[in-house]
Amino acid sequence: MAKTHVTATINGEETEFLCDGQQTMLDVLRDEMGLTGSKEGCGSGDCGACSILVDGRLVCSCLMFGAEAEGTDIMTIEGMADGDKLHPLQQKFLEHAALQCGFCTPGVLVASKALLDKNPNPTEEEARYWLAGNLCRCTGYDKIIEAVMDAAAEMRGE
Amino acid sequence: MARVTVASQMCRPFMGTVTEVEIDASNVRALIRELDRRYPGLGNQVEESMAVAIDGVICQDTYLEPINPDSEVCLIPKIAGG
Amino acid sequence: MNYLGKDVELKVVGTRPIRPDGVEKVIGRAAFGADFRVAGMIHGKVLRSPHAHARIKSIDTSKAEALKGVRAVITANDLPNIPSEEAFVGEGPANFRDMSLNTIARDKVLYDGHAVAAVAATSPSIAEEALRLIDVEYEVLPNVIDVEEAMKPDAPILHDDLFTQGVDPKPTKASNIAKRMEFKLGDSASAFSKADVIVERKYKTAPVHQAYIEPHACVVSYGADGQAQIWCSSQGQFMVRAYCAKLLGMDIADIRVFPLEIGGGFGGKTLVYLEPLALALSRKSGKPVKMTMSREEVFRGSGPTSGGAINVKIGATKNGRIVAAECEVMLQAGAFPGSPIGPALMTPFAMYDLSDVTIWGYDVVSNRPKVAAYRAPGAPVSTFATESAVDELAKQLDMDPLELRLINAAKDGTKAVYGPTLKDIGFVETLEAAKSSSHWNSPLGDAAPGKRRGRGMASGFWFNIGGESSGATYVNEDGTITVVSGNPDIGGSRASMGMMAAEVLGMDVKDVRTVVGDTTSVGFSFLTGGSRVTFATGMAVTQSAEMVRDELCKRAALLWEIPAEAVEWKDGKAYPAGENAGKFDPLTIADIAGKSARTGGPITGKASINAQGAGPGYATHICDLEVDEETGHTTVLRYTAIQDVGKAIHPSYVEGQLQGGAVQGIGWALNEEYVYTKDGRLDNAGFLDYRIPVASDLPMIETILVEVPNPRHPFGVKGVGEPPIVPPMAAVANAMENATGVRMSSLPMSPPRVRAALDASEG
Repeated sequence: MAKTHVTATINGEETEFLCDGQQTMLDVLRDEMGLTGSKEGCGSGDCGACSILVDGRLVCSCLMFGAEAEGTDIMTIEGMADGDKLHPLQQKFLEHAALQCGFCTPGVLVASKALLDKNPNPTEEEARYWLAGNLCRCTGYDKIIEAVMDAAAEMRGE
Repeated sequence: MARVTVASQMCRPFMGTVTEVEIDASNVRALIRELDRRYPGLGNQVEESMAVAIDGVICQDTYLEPINPDSEVCLIPKIAGG
Repeated sequence: MNYLGKDVELKVVGTRPIRPDGVEKVIGRAAFGADFRVAGMIHGKVLRSPHAHARIKSIDTSKAEALKGVRAVITANDLPNIPSEEAFVGEGPANFRDMSLNTIARDKVLYDGHAVAAVAATSPSIAEEALRLIDVEYEVLPNVIDVEEAMKPDAPILHDDLFTQGVDPKPTKASNIAKRMEFKLGDSASAFSKADVIVERKYKTAPVHQAYIEPHACVVSYGADGQAQIWCSSQGQFMVRAYCAKLLGMDIADIRVFPLEIGGGFGGKTLVYLEPLALALSRKSGKPVKMTMSREEVFRGSGPTSGGAINVKIGATKNGRIVAAECEVMLQAGAFPGSPIGPALMTPFAMYDLSDVTIWGYDVVSNRPKVAAYRAPGAPVSTFATESAVDELAKQLDMDPLELRLINAAKDGTKAVYGPTLKDIGFVETLEAAKSSSHWNSPLGDAAPGKRRGRGMASGFWFNIGGESSGATYVNEDGTITVVSGNPDIGGSRASMGMMAAEVLGMDVKDVRTVVGDTTSVGFSFLTGGSRVTFATGMAVTQSAEMVRDELCKRAALLWEIPAEAVEWKDGKAYPAGENAGKFDPLTIADIAGKSARTGGPITGKASINAQGAGPGYATHICDLEVDEETGHTTVLRYTAIQDVGKAIHPSYVEGQLQGGAVQGIGWALNEEYVYTKDGRLDNAGFLDYRIPVASDLPMIETILVEVPNPRHPFGVKGVGEPPIVPPMAAVANAMENATGVRMSSLPMSPPRVRAALDASEG
């Protein structure tokens, strides 16, 4: 099968890859680039575990073809920390014990970053609705919401 | 003599309608041996599929748990969990 | 030794450090089941039955085998045909023949999604194409899905050789009822005559899936020498090893299992599904094989928990004393016997001090996936019914439901319906904590127009278990500490293991690294389940750290040339014990480790135990909700989970267990269910249609940790993971009744059902 040549910026680095027509962006990230931080929980856009940012927009990478990445700027969980320095959301998730098994965590973190990029001062309700596309079966969301609100406050300098 | 009770009917094939017996045993192993002596086959049933609650503490798959002369011993189904 | 006394000052236990595996998980580097790969691996896929019940007349795999890229095709004939053998596995007694037949069907398929064949090929898409080339000829048989239908004498029979156990005389006709079980205390039938009020009702719960977000996944490499390595996410590396050895006819020593990070299990990963198939495929193809389930396969092919039908009758005197209770539980096992009927019968009245109770039930097979454990297996089903009935009793007696529970509450010395006299329990403490909680004492507030508000509460019990566990503590050359646990860490147990070791050694927890060992690097441990890990494996780890501490004192004594008894361990250092011992500068672990070669070699503590006496867990939950009269939609407004946890090692992760369990229970109460078509096919095998709670459905989940220490654990730990899923269904139903005046006796209380119930009540 003929493969498509794609050039995209992934986690700040210009990257080239070949993919076939049916490969999702999630497949490309996981199978071609070894970026396995994005998880497949459903493959149908219902769980959010594969969340990435495409040109700053929150996307389920299982619902995007690899070929659609051409010319885009993509951030995955692997690109969220600044080298050794965790993003405030990552730090707050650890401090608040906002993960148990940790499988949904990459997607929840990416989605939370998208929220705070757009709305640095969300209400609890706004955070809950924004994260409604990210399923977590372990935590009951309580500590996730606490961590997001706390990270937002810290990022606002409060 | 420890008082041994059975709340479920799991032991009925061996004990019939008896649900309470007095047994002189210093640990679970001796208990199983004595139960099997009185009710042939019951020892294996207790060992494989049942737990032994001694004075309210549930013990499973252990020969060594001590039993006191005034202990309350209950034979119950083995417990697992999620 | 234990650390329970009031004079024991705990420095690490009870604090909230960052978990040792945390960073890997927030940067996306932690390797879960599907993240693992080895060189040269190929990909396996499973062909599943489209029928609920059918005889397999023939399987033709020749076209699939001929497809380019296909390396192996297997059917049940590639695995040993295992004879019937009872064993105690997963959530209860089971049979390895059934486990084998559930892994891959032999003569009959028993549910939609039952594995029939598997293929390994050079790519996942070729493997999928090959599945379509396998011809299976079925003779479709009548199916039965519902538990009560399955119990009828004329129901389609799943197993010709299944005869009901536990009934006299022994039946001669095959039945879908695998077992009848009964517990009896006193004489309930005559005790009802003492009752002033009797409530009697029938309840029904839907089977629900554990719905862990990570689908099952594994990589298996079977070598030409007959030795295999398995990398997978599961609730027990030793469980995977034992079951695979059994199902493939291999020696245990020939299988090594590496536990990967596990993305949730809740009981659903206490069994094997893919691993035996991947082993057979790897053996046949000579290549390492990777297999992952899709979400649809997780729903269709892996175990949900039982649904049930429950009849309850409870009687009480005018002053609120419950004098008699009876309960009948019909529990779905799925396609093979082995529902958690025992615990379903033993738990629902364990909150109360009752003298006349009869509770009996049935383990019933039907054409659904074989059930797997799910948090406190069995208890949520029966307790939904009994705790709803207790609420109804309170209403009829015009009593506060919390007061009614206090009047009847089990205490130390209460004889449980299943036999033992309860001890060291904290149920009353949870009720008192509920009574004085801010939630219980806050006004409910007014409902918006068109909505109705209510508050409900319910309680629950789970035994908790101990069992075989291993832990090791190693002093590294530089004085740092590595702790090895034999149990997969599913919700932060590495943190609690490291904390207990740090407490014993008087160290900063940051200097203790805790890892989960593979099956050759730590002693046998029973699986992660039954709320046992922090209790049992924690006990093993604590003992191993104590051995290290004692050895460190001995080595210090050697270095100082004084008797070992003259050394005391304090804050991570060896000190001479008192003036008479001599004057020496304290030695750190690093000091002693640096000289360990000279004083006898590496310093290591290892403990392998069979922990007994897991303290029972009691929980009480309070729920406020609002029902939309027009749509029937329910919003949970406020929720508090209160539980006796013995001792919280890491309170954040204990709270997390309570919150997560409560929310799973809320999902069970309001939304979750398996929906079947008329021909027995699962109709909602995805997260869009099987809707688990999302963030916007919920309020914060408040928690109150009650600590009545378990004297059998060095730090007083009781299991915490399972009790929190027991009360929510009744707490929500009781709040629903309080809001609407309608008693919802069937789960889930989904909007259409609530709407219909409101319509019916308005005549």
